[in-house]
Amino acid sequence: MAVSLKASRSSAGRRRMDVVFQVAALAVLVAALAGLGALIGDVWRDGAGRLSWTFLTTFPSRRAEQAGIYHAIVGSLYVIALTAAMALPIGVASAVYLEEYGGRSRTARFIELNIANLAAVPSIIYGLLGLGLFVRALGMGRSVMAGAGTLALLALPVVILSTREALRTVPSTIREGSYALGATKWQTIWHQVLPMALPGILTGLILSLSRAIGETAPLITIGALTYIPFAPDSVWSAFTVLPIQIFNWVSRPQVAFKENAAAGILVLLALLLTMNALAIVVRDRFQRKGRP
Amino acid sequence: MTRPTSHSLAACLAAGVLTTAACGGGATAPGGAAAGATTTVTLDGSSTVFPISEAVAEEFQKAHATIRVTVGISGTGGGFQKFCRAETDISNASRPITAKETEACAAAGVQFIELPIAYDGIALVANPKASWVDAITTAELKTMWAPEAQAAVTRWGQVRKGWPDRELHLFGAGVDSGTYDYFTQAVNGKEGASRGDFTSSEDDNVLVQGISSDELAIGFMPYAYYAENKAALKLVPVDDGKADNGAGPILPSVETVKGGTYQPLSRPVFIYVSVQALAKPEVVQFVDFYLKAGGALAEEVGYVPLGDKGYELVTAHYTGRKTGSVFEHAGSQVGLTIEQLLSRESR
Repeated sequence: MAVSLKASRSSAGRRRMDVVFQVAALAVLVAALAGLGALIGDVWRDGAGRLSWTFLTTFPSRRAEQAGIYHAIVGSLYVIALTAAMALPIGVASAVYLEEYGGRSRTARFIELNIANLAAVPSIIYGLLGLGLFVRALGMGRSVMAGAGTLALLALPVVILSTREALRTVPSTIREGSYALGATKWQTIWHQVLPMALPGILTGLILSLSRAIGETAPLITIGALTYIPFAPDSVWSAFTVLPIQIFNWVSRPQVAFKENAAAGILVLLALLLTMNALAIVVRDRFQRKGRP
Repeated sequence: MTRPTSHSLAACLAAGVLTTAACGGGATAPGGAAAGATTTVTLDGSSTVFPISEAVAEEFQKAHATIRVTVGISGTGGGFQKFCRAETDISNASRPITAKETEACAAAGVQFIELPIAYDGIALVANPKASWVDAITTAELKTMWAPEAQAAVTRWGQVRKGWPDRELHLFGAGVDSGTYDYFTQAVNGKEGASRGDFTSSEDDNVLVQGISSDELAIGFMPYAYYAENKAALKLVPVDDGKADNGAGPILPSVETVKGGTYQPLSRPVFIYVSVQALAKPEVVQFVDFYLKAGGALAEEVGYVPLGDKGYELVTAHYTGRKTGSVFEHAGSQVGLTIEQLLSRESR
């Protein structure tokens, strides 16, 4: 005790340190938000003028002022919904196996290590995998299905890792209580563990889908299109997504296309925010109910 | 307490599964049917050629609502990869097909017809404040851009006596682009051979930004990017030192590119049509339309159309179903117009 007191500074000094740190943390936060705010403000200035119902409901055109983004909105929605539908069940099931059944076995640890590594693989590599596996080997062609499959692979590591973290936060007393009442392992997982872990699982899903919706490189690799005069009408349809359309407009020489790009960015932001808000609402409902 | 929780979770997951099924299952059936009912023409390849093909597709679509035309951008090389696996009907290309790509096509049994559709001028631009550059010769360009110039030629004064002894800042298209391939072929005599110490970008708008904000900059970019930023950039006329195709320094323009006097920095761009795909009537309709309307539309989106004679020759080439490449895999031919190339081929 005497030693540690001697090592630390006076009480006033420590309190000053406290304030300094608080101010520094706040400054960092403000700087980050200001940067983000400036970016969004800049995009808004460029693109707000182009936002209109026509812009949202028409197809691409060589004339910037006639070009719309409907095809890309529908494409993005299609792809992201399918991605979630594939990544959530597979990711949760994998995590449940690893966390609840896999134990500490050598195989489980080996798989765990590989999943952690996969989370850091550049997205274009997933694109190449998707091209070889979904587009060519499985014969899906350049379809919504192949795009969603590729993005689901991209999203899986994060979903699995965050689900495992969420499962670990469930107190062992809950499991033990359930066993004590005669529940089987499956009943315990389904009725007790998963509901309590759900908010954490959804957080992981939100994070990974937010990354997936902004991806361009893997989808270009698998052959998502740039000019497509129709909205995808099935999972086997050709498609494009918002980031690809934005990328194409940004690289055009004409200034008018840059306004389109800015407007497209606003649409993508709005879509992302809506998606996340929805997920957060769902999560909060479960958080309230799941509390034992 | 735990009871409603478990039920609502089950309900949520069940709903999830249902939506999945609704999403996947519901849409699969019409998808399978739709694939058979509507016909599609698929294009992919160069981003340089994309605006032309997009414009043609857009106009074609207005007249043929039941035919779906899609255009992708995977670069000239990426486009040929798909084309030679018979995954696309038509490939956009900003350079002629290479021997290796032709082999890949042949191995998969894909035969193709090569159709030049327009010219793309490569503009040489400097900062408007660089008053000393009023023209440049191809020899001076080589002094600037040769591989040996790396770290050696770093000042304007080294390129021409009388230019100021100030730093030389070079900008150019990214090394993966067809623009870079053609520029190096035209200036240094070998595709891909140039100094490496210049500012390069795959996004030509970055070059516009860079050159317009740097007094000591000079660089090359597709003409369309200069045309959209005339106030911020200064176009530099190029003198190829040959009198027979126009003497003295010449500025790129529709006339000089079309007439073949803006040399050596203008190049043809192509579409490659798969002979197998021409068995589909919609592809024939689309290519017919492309050859008819392509010139005017190319001009509208910032490219230079071939001369009337050029389109005549290209159309003859197409209707004769002449397969293979007139370039015989020797890479881009610098200093030849399409008319010269095609008549050489048909000789």
